[in-house]
Amino acid sequence: MSVAERPQLSHLRALESEAIHVMREVAAELEKPVLLFSGGKDSIVLLRLAEKAFRPAPFPFPLMHVDTGHNFPEVIEFRDRRVAELGELLIVASVQESIDSGRAVEETGPRASRNRLQTVTLLDAIAQHGFDAAFGGARRDEERARAKERIMSFRDDFGQWDPKNQRPELWNLYNGRIRKGENVRVFPLSNWTELDVWEYIAQEQLEVPSIYFAHEREVFERDDMLYAWREGTQLIDGEQIFTETVRYRTVGDMSCTGGVRSHAATLEEVVVEIAATRITERGETRADDRVSEAAMEDRKKAGYF
Amino acid sequence: MTLDLLRFTTAGSVDDGKSTLIGRLLYDSKQVFEDQLEHVAQASARRGGSGALDLALLTDGLRAEREQGITIDVAYRYFATARRRFIIADCPGHQQYTRNMVTGASTADVAVVLIDARKGVLEQSKRHAFISALLGIPQMVVAINKMDLVDFSRERYEELVEEFEAFARKLRGGSNPRHTQMSYIPISALEGDNVVERSPRMEWHDGQPLLEFLEEVEVAYDHPYDKQARFPVQWVIRPANGTAGPGESGDYRGYAGQLASGALRVGEQVVALPSGLHTRIAAIDTYDGELEEAQAPMSVTLRLEDELDVSRGELICRAEEVPTVSRELQADVCWLNERPLRAGGRYVIKHTTRGATAIVDELQDVVDVHTLERASAPEQLALNDIGRVRLRTSTPLAFDPYRANRRTGSFILIDETTNETVGAGMVGAG
Repeated sequence: MSVAERPQLSHLRALESEAIHVMREVAAELEKPVLLFSGGKDSIVLLRLAEKAFRPAPFPFPLMHVDTGHNFPEVIEFRDRRVAELGELLIVASVQESIDSGRAVEETGPRASRNRLQTVTLLDAIAQHGFDAAFGGARRDEERARAKERIMSFRDDFGQWDPKNQRPELWNLYNGRIRKGENVRVFPLSNWTELDVWEYIAQEQLEVPSIYFAHEREVFERDDMLYAWREGTQLIDGEQIFTETVRYRTVGDMSCTGGVRSHAATLEEVVVEIAATRITERGETRADDRVSEAAMEDRKKAGYF
Repeated sequence: MTLDLLRFTTAGSVDDGKSTLIGRLLYDSKQVFEDQLEHVAQASARRGGSGALDLALLTDGLRAEREQGITIDVAYRYFATARRRFIIADCPGHQQYTRNMVTGASTADVAVVLIDARKGVLEQSKRHAFISALLGIPQMVVAINKMDLVDFSRERYEELVEEFEAFARKLRGGSNPRHTQMSYIPISALEGDNVVERSPRMEWHDGQPLLEFLEEVEVAYDHPYDKQARFPVQWVIRPANGTAGPGESGDYRGYAGQLASGALRVGEQVVALPSGLHTRIAAIDTYDGELEEAQAPMSVTLRLEDELDVSRGELICRAEEVPTVSRELQADVCWLNERPLRAGGRYVIKHTTRGATAIVDELQDVVDVHTLERASAPEQLALNDIGRVRLRTSTPLAFDPYRANRRTGSFILIDETTNETVGAGMVGAG
């Protein structure tokens, strides 16, 4: 057979195949995995990969959302609808409940965010349900601490990541052996970029929450970012509420996720916009990463996603 | 075959220009975002540079690394051109990080080995080349860097190529033949010569610039049709009665896995190993529908004609193309842990999707990475040592020589008590 006749696997198919392999390994080697589903684009891709890995059987794990209570309502509506379509089980771990029970203390002031508090709720939920593996949608292209993280990333019994002492990860042989109380975080999309995710969503024709597309919204500008205004937001001197056509590149807490000015109204237009963008998604939209040069590194060490 | 996705390794330390080279590839292929650039500009100024952008800062890592001026671990970086997507496994180069080089090399298609044109072929470049060859990377490109500091001298370049070739001949020869293709490119990562654009200052070199080489290099080694089919079963899909999806009956039984090599077709006569059960492929399922043929590295689900007791850890292959099935094997092992490997040691072995217990029957030799000489019967393999061992396993494994198949010829060793991954193994031809 000549070279020209040989079938080729596109890079998206190669990445998909690698991710499916990772998910099946974890299902086979760990006792009680869970898949973290936020309703965001990366975890939407994880759900499709789980379908590809395990259908026609049900998923061999439940889904879990760490809900800050400050999520976009459009995303929560989408989350529940998608879970119902799949017929899978969703556990909602609530940051509000962690606050009410005194496990977490709410930040105050106009810049208050529940982003850091999620770590408490996540670690408590992992312990309460006895999960020993948690799939997340994080990618190595997102941030420099993530660039160093393993696909299967070991966490000690405090949920901590030790970047200096990671298990070597060779070929596609993953070491899922842990002791009771320890867990692994698993990132099947490690080798995907933001553009890969959008191209895959377009290829698979996956539904995403409406806030990923251009829409009109009441916003205010802070630190060069456009934040959604909602009841209860404290404005700082001089900040004005105005209406703008925006879309979201990432879906996090309303309190720390900025929108971008955009007219991309379809999946195809979003792909074109992302292919041409000159700013990273976290740099453009996430206040939580702007705290310091090592904001993500510090949160990850403490047990963050 | 031209892959749509190419994985390559780089290795080196802070001052040999590796970070600058990667920064240059990202910058010149326009993969650097404005906020990253702003960060680099600020950091360049803060660290008291000449005002020029220090591209090396694009690959800046963790805070702990910045504080100590070292690189701790493999970092993965991504860029794309119109022709290919690239994944760089960016490995630190110090001796104590051999294990990171091995990690990065285990999945790479190409190794980019850096040489400082002023300093010549240093030990670190040799170690990277040796590990790349040992790990079966099919293509190696030696980038002779800092040509701007030797006046773009053709004589110096040719001298270094000759020196490296002498070493490469040793890699290819001896008892350990490998199939690595070598290429050489003179570059200046700092000034961009022969990185993305052909250098007008080295017209005597008629080869491609580095990026063009990476875009076009053929990685024939792992082509599915050049290899026998190997399908390790990962997971048996068996919806419990009553929970099957619409249109599916409750007696569905599918063997899910990723083709490690080769291709399989519906109707082919296959055997599951080590059980030795023969059957035919009834169907190849995917979420997107049935296929007539699946090829590596696709993840698929096989249905078999006969109801067999096949479970995770079995290897499905064509009946007339079977690998070795044995409880004994000889292998090169790269040791990754502070606690040394000794004869008599007992470990968990993970090979494809199969787990077993392995006992080290004999420690045969250890390689001196400088000279490539093998010293026989060493006391132990210490951290970062590479040597040959004989292992005995608690259950039979179905394996190929690593040279013939990177997936079915590789394994890891895990410490039974600490659960750490302590060794990386490559099955020998014996």
